[in-house]
Amino acid sequence: MSETVTGRGGSEEASREETVNETQSERVSYLRAGHTLRSWFFTTDHKRIALLYLISVTFFFFIGGMAAGLMRTDLLTPQGDVLSNEGYNRAFTLHGVIMVWFFLIPSIPNVFGNFLIPLMIGARDLAFPRLNLLSWYIYWIGGLFTLWVLLAGGVDTGWTFYTPLSSMFANGNVVMAAAAVFVVGFSSILTGLNFIVTIHTLRAPGMTWGRLPLFVWSHYATSVILVLATPVLTVTLALIVAERLFGLGIFDPALGGDPLLYQHLFWFYSHPAVYIMVLPAMAVVSELVAAAARKPVFGYWFIVFSSLGIAAVGFLVWAHHMFVSGMSMYVGAVFSFLSLVVAVPSGIKVYNWTATLWKGHISLDPPFLFAMGFIGLFVVGGLTGLILAMLALDVHVHDTYFVVAHFHYIMVGGTVSAFFGALHFWWPKMTGRMFSIGWGRLTALFIFFGFNMTFFPQFILGYLGMPRRYHVYDPQFQVLHVLSSAGSTILGFAYLFPFAYLLYALRYGKPSGDNPWEATGLEWTVPSPPPKHNFDEIPVVTREPYDYEVEKEGGA
Amino acid sequence: MRSELRPLALVYLGLLALLALTVAGSFLPLGHASPAVSFGIAMAKALLIVWFFMGFRREGWAVRLAVLAGLVWLTILLSLTLLDLLTRNWLMPHFGT
Amino acid sequence: MTRSGLVEEPFSDPEQQRRAALFGMTIFLATEILLFGGIFAALIFYQAAHREIFVETSRELHIWIATGNTVVLLTSSLFAALAVAAAKAGNGKATGWLLGVTAALGLAFLGLKGWEYALEYGEGLLPLAGGDAKLGEPGKRLFMDLYLMATGLHAVHVTIGVCLLLFIAARIATRATRMPEQATTIEVSTLYWHLIDVIWVFLFPALYLVR
Repeated sequence: MSETVTGRGGSEEASREETVNETQSERVSYLRAGHTLRSWFFTTDHKRIALLYLISVTFFFFIGGMAAGLMRTDLLTPQGDVLSNEGYNRAFTLHGVIMVWFFLIPSIPNVFGNFLIPLMIGARDLAFPRLNLLSWYIYWIGGLFTLWVLLAGGVDTGWTFYTPLSSMFANGNVVMAAAAVFVVGFSSILTGLNFIVTIHTLRAPGMTWGRLPLFVWSHYATSVILVLATPVLTVTLALIVAERLFGLGIFDPALGGDPLLYQHLFWFYSHPAVYIMVLPAMAVVSELVAAAARKPVFGYWFIVFSSLGIAAVGFLVWAHHMFVSGMSMYVGAVFSFLSLVVAVPSGIKVYNWTATLWKGHISLDPPFLFAMGFIGLFVVGGLTGLILAMLALDVHVHDTYFVVAHFHYIMVGGTVSAFFGALHFWWPKMTGRMFSIGWGRLTALFIFFGFNMTFFPQFILGYLGMPRRYHVYDPQFQVLHVLSSAGSTILGFAYLFPFAYLLYALRYGKPSGDNPWEATGLEWTVPSPPPKHNFDEIPVVTREPYDYEVEKEGGA
Repeated sequence: MRSELRPLALVYLGLLALLALTVAGSFLPLGHASPAVSFGIAMAKALLIVWFFMGFRREGWAVRLAVLAGLVWLTILLSLTLLDLLTRNWLMPHFGT
Repeated sequence: MTRSGLVEEPFSDPEQQRRAALFGMTIFLATEILLFGGIFAALIFYQAAHREIFVETSRELHIWIATGNTVVLLTSSLFAALAVAAAKAGNGKATGWLLGVTAALGLAFLGLKGWEYALEYGEGLLPLAGGDAKLGEPGKRLFMDLYLMATGLHAVHVTIGVCLLLFIAARIATRATRMPEQATTIEVSTLYWHLIDVIWVFLFPALYLVR
């Protein structure tokens, strides 16, 4: 580990305690550029906003996680003995709403995208810093609505708000929950807009499109989806609220309205939303794999175009959620084909990562282990996705635990692993301190095994016919449910580990230096933690991306 | 500013002419061609506004691409959703519903 | 023309800043296209499903008020475009007045729309309590539900646009915004106004000219 910056500050205090005091870079960093609450809550610094988001999404991650814990406890026995039927419905609805809109979608883009995109392209901030702050406040308005729903007794429609259940029959706070998602959508839109404009207009001299880190490219693709898909969800939720509040029955079958139209509009957003969650994860993994293998990324342009391809084709597959809904079977066949097509760019990425590792000098650091976890779990999630994309096979497993397992492999196994990978990889950059590598490795392993123990049994459960969204089930499924619940306990504890050692590192960790992983990229050329304005002078880029020195054959 | 007045006024007159055309056209018995005609005219009006009033004729490709992407994605939404409705009972009546 | 004081933090020159502002607004316009896109999808979907009753109901709307309203909005767009020309030429006073006229035409649009709603309410065509006497037939109510949602959402946008333009006109009047240094502000805000016009250009045939 290169120690370009050492803890020189305050020799008297340093001797008094074992803690390393402020380093020189920390003194002038964004973290010390103001200590008042005001300097945090009214900051326009993208790095501080990223930290605000980090705290916020972690908060919602634990609320959503608690709902999951309740459900897994209830599912230990075939009877519903912890939650009432109504309570179970409310638990999985809030779990879905919170995890999708308040954790997964903002997680990587709003924390790491916010922090890193300006640093990676050589800019002092995002194009619209105040809009960035506004987006965080909008996120919290939506978040407070959700917490209100939680306290007021919840909502039981499922995170999909299907009509006519949501518009005509559901009791509970549908309007408030829909309003929460409606509001948080604007936060997504503003973030996506900000990223696109930033990447277009604020690249440093020499930072051509072909030199952009893959992290930035993938976030560009994500932003395109955020901007083009979210408004459709916004208006669809507005239509539900109008139906519930003012009786304007747009989807009411009694008036000739069609609930399938609702499903089309909803999935036009919500399928691409899956790519909003997974593309940033792929962004992270591309960086992690290259840094761990110490080699240039294999097939840079293939990865770039597969990101853009996923963003585009991802919009053409939504109706595979509706195969058994009574939709036209001809359209079903078209969507089935297109859903298989979207697997191609994802496959290209996996092959490219693997090829990048080939003959690399791999270091088994925590970020790399998380990246490997992502690739393994993403492949399982992706391949079971192919089963679900096929019209005939889907009929058998539709709305069973097979689907639940599939999308948790993508979203939790994939995105959450990548989120933790990013957190470990860039933690030294964000805070200037190195955490315990051993604990990091252990966490990565525990998350991987806990995750598989939780969700692999659910594939079998689903294949055997256990429907999703039920908490009273046939006793023959109990063994697998208990296994899954046991796994979720391990997973839950593994998610808590980083809390301890990352926060411990804040105070007792060794100063990390500018570039602890010896990675390429502009973000590693600035001090850790970076100064308020990122670069004293806007850098001029003359090197290709990922220009790790490849050792010659037989070389040391 | 003087030099701008003439082309903008001409575009404005063109827009009013198209409006007259589409209202008049709606009273003709065009049958199933009627929506195509009225949306075609609306598209022409929109192009005039975007190109001249919004000044897109002077802007770079990025700005044009942003609006174009909005339109292309809207087309995806409309066409695939409509395709479902139109083929739902095709060949096999009342298969689904 | 370029005063360095007007270049804000992440940007290094005014041209870069102008490009970013315009690009940001156009992306926002794309999101607006898709926002209304959801309503257009519903309109087109249901028009294909319930063609006859939709044609019949559309004929009962006040096409002449709507045509007049289209003229009002197109005219307002002309004034908005002229305001940009004036702003670029450095004529702050003319810019302020032209924006004022644009906003006034927006208010006229809202007035006419309100009058139209009142007429429909009286005729029993509006799907609100007390105003829906003639909406017994399901398809008819479905069309009017969509009509009210579409025009209502559009009216909300017009209201926001009017407020925005009046705010900028006031800032020009008090010299808080200066031309031509801040002409980009006018360009960006009028882009939004034009989009409101474009959306109406499509709502008009989709609601009033269904034949």
